[in-house]
Amino acid sequence: MKISGAELFVKALKEEKVDTLFAYPGGQAIDLFNALYGEKDIEVILPRHEQGLAHAADGYARSTGKVGVCLVTSGPGATNLVTGIATANYDSVPMVCFTGQVSTSLIGNDAFQEVDTIGIVRSICKYAVTVRKREDLAEIIKKAFYVARTGKPGVVVVDIPKDIQIALGDDTYPDEINIRGYKPNTDVHHGQIKRALSVLNNAKKPVFLIGGGVNIARANKELTKLVELTGVPVITTIMGKGAIDTEHELYVGNIGIHGCYAANHAISECDVLFSIGTRFNDRITGKIEKFAQNATIIHVDIDTAAISRNIVVDIPIVADAKKAINCLLEKAKPLNISKWVEQIKQWNKTYPIKMNDEGMSPEKIIKSINKIFTKAIITTDVGQNQLWTTQFLTINSKKQLLTSGGLGTMGYGLPAAIGAKIGNPDKDVVTISGDGGMQMNIQELATAVVNELPITICVLNNGYLGNVRQWQEMFYKKHYSHTCLRYRKSCEIACNKPNKNCPEFVPDFVKLAQSYGAKGIRVTKSEDIEKALREAKKEKATPTLIEFIIDRETNVLPIVQPGNPLNEMTLEYKGEE
Amino acid sequence: MENKKRWICLFVENEIGVLARVSGLFSSKSYNIDSITVGTTEDTSISRMTICFTSDDKTFEQIKKQFNRSVEVIKVVDYTDIPIHMKEILFIKVNHCSEKDKKELFRIADIFDISIIDYNYSSILFECTQTEDRNNALIKLLQEKFLNRIEITRGGVVATEAIGISNR
Repeated sequence: MKISGAELFVKALKEEKVDTLFAYPGGQAIDLFNALYGEKDIEVILPRHEQGLAHAADGYARSTGKVGVCLVTSGPGATNLVTGIATANYDSVPMVCFTGQVSTSLIGNDAFQEVDTIGIVRSICKYAVTVRKREDLAEIIKKAFYVARTGKPGVVVVDIPKDIQIALGDDTYPDEINIRGYKPNTDVHHGQIKRALSVLNNAKKPVFLIGGGVNIARANKELTKLVELTGVPVITTIMGKGAIDTEHELYVGNIGIHGCYAANHAISECDVLFSIGTRFNDRITGKIEKFAQNATIIHVDIDTAAISRNIVVDIPIVADAKKAINCLLEKAKPLNISKWVEQIKQWNKTYPIKMNDEGMSPEKIIKSINKIFTKAIITTDVGQNQLWTTQFLTINSKKQLLTSGGLGTMGYGLPAAIGAKIGNPDKDVVTISGDGGMQMNIQELATAVVNELPITICVLNNGYLGNVRQWQEMFYKKHYSHTCLRYRKSCEIACNKPNKNCPEFVPDFVKLAQSYGAKGIRVTKSEDIEKALREAKKEKATPTLIEFIIDRETNVLPIVQPGNPLNEMTLEYKGEE
Repeated sequence: MENKKRWICLFVENEIGVLARVSGLFSSKSYNIDSITVGTTEDTSISRMTICFTSDDKTFEQIKKQFNRSVEVIKVVDYTDIPIHMKEILFIKVNHCSEKDKKELFRIADIFDISIIDYNYSSILFECTQTEDRNNALIKLLQEKFLNRIEITRGGVVATEAIGISNR
């Protein structure tokens, strides 16, 4: 039977078991949308901006493990999607993005709403292609889903010109695909595993360093088994947080420039660093020459290009994290390292991450979230809100953290929470954001309201772009250059001292939430934190925005100053003497 | 780390955008390509590229790995240290030649084993299909004597694995 390209597109989505599509229509996608009209098997979510759309698909994919699917129009639809593509691809999130395109006869003519979408996204996605012939469409879509979800997952962009959406052609969709240039290797090299284990078994001060790869491979149970079998302490990156229960006795904490003292010191002093699924980003290594300088480094990663890129690795193992851990489990044995484990525990006891107890500290807010939301997905925005969350949030098998770790995209939190809730209607979903990032995709409040998603939106409002302000305070002589969100024309042009007379913050988040049809609560006293959270949790079909008015100049501590090795940390900061 | 001249051969899908993907990988790492040649193979759905560039070992490893994981790249072969045959086409036009110059140029052509393929009373056009090193040597020689009078068109290196003997 002959069907149109658009009809084949819908058929392909069903064959790929896509039940949710994040989509925003436009002139060059109208035929694809026409084929979706009245479609019952695919729920179409209409966010209010394509960036929000991409983050929602991303949150859906991270929280469900399925491929997130986006559909937008050409030109501005595609360019608005760009940040979302880069965000997802950087954190290895499987996504397929379909973009409408002008007809093939018009490509290159500077037609209305024409951009070279593939040219723009090529460097920020795993694979990108324009469909040039109707007969190629089925195979390209099959290829897109296969590439997105296999190997190191990532984003695939498929650009479909309007004439191809309309053209009639074959209705078959292939069951299998063979791509000669793409053969992801996930098998484990047993010789390397043996070498790695013999090094580990002889270690006196070993640690596991776990990155996002373990969460992506959903190897949490296997990792926990391996840790309990060997007795080796576990440190995570931000993306690896939650790979093992954060309350587990062998869990140390996060590494990195805002990591905990014990984790950073353990990495600096360990003799064997057994890392799985991390690419040793500059945010975790500190001064690279001093990073784990006494250690033999073992690195398991699915991506050959991640190995020995930032640090030189002694024993590389290219493999899927789950398969590698399962192999390790076969031969691993308990280590006699109680003194080392004790020392790390002592560090954590002596130097815990702790904030000032007075007033409504982010620590109190996040610990209240821990207490009230025990089975939940937590998303964050980017900046101080994200760093505090990664410091204080507890995660176990019933909880998951979604955060933009690689690209660090402000505006991620709210739409990601929407996608997560759509994919997990039975779980509570909480987003922790700042007053800056919240306004980057605030329009998605409408999406949450119309889709009746009872998510809890926590806005930590300090009236600043707090993370940059902190750097300005600590490293730029308190030059608060354009980081104040309460600044008005009446203010001094070079202000570095917030005070009682600062102008009012805009917008009024509570009224704004209400205007969208969401609930709005403002919390100004620490004793009201839990009450507000409980109220939000009770909601069945309405999102609740809780604005927490926090101290304006609270910092994220400890911090490793730029250029310093990991174990030279600033634990307290009281301003310049 | 020491920078060194590298050659790689890529087998890629013969599709729109693949060359941009390949060259984009170099620009994203801030590396300049010395030369790149592309042509279809006996299988017209596959193109073969010979790329020549200068980099340190670490970057070179990265570039190879990045190519290996690209969906459009079918195979990557490192030509840096293996026996290959390598040739580059080079046109050199020499202008404003006196009779004496021409005699000299014919002698050079003879000794370097290159052809003179076009000629008028004041200009000579050389066609050389040599290794890159020999072409470099010839250009250097001509620049000494005919500076500001020569026009150079280089085609980039084409290489293939050796069967018996190597010539690079």
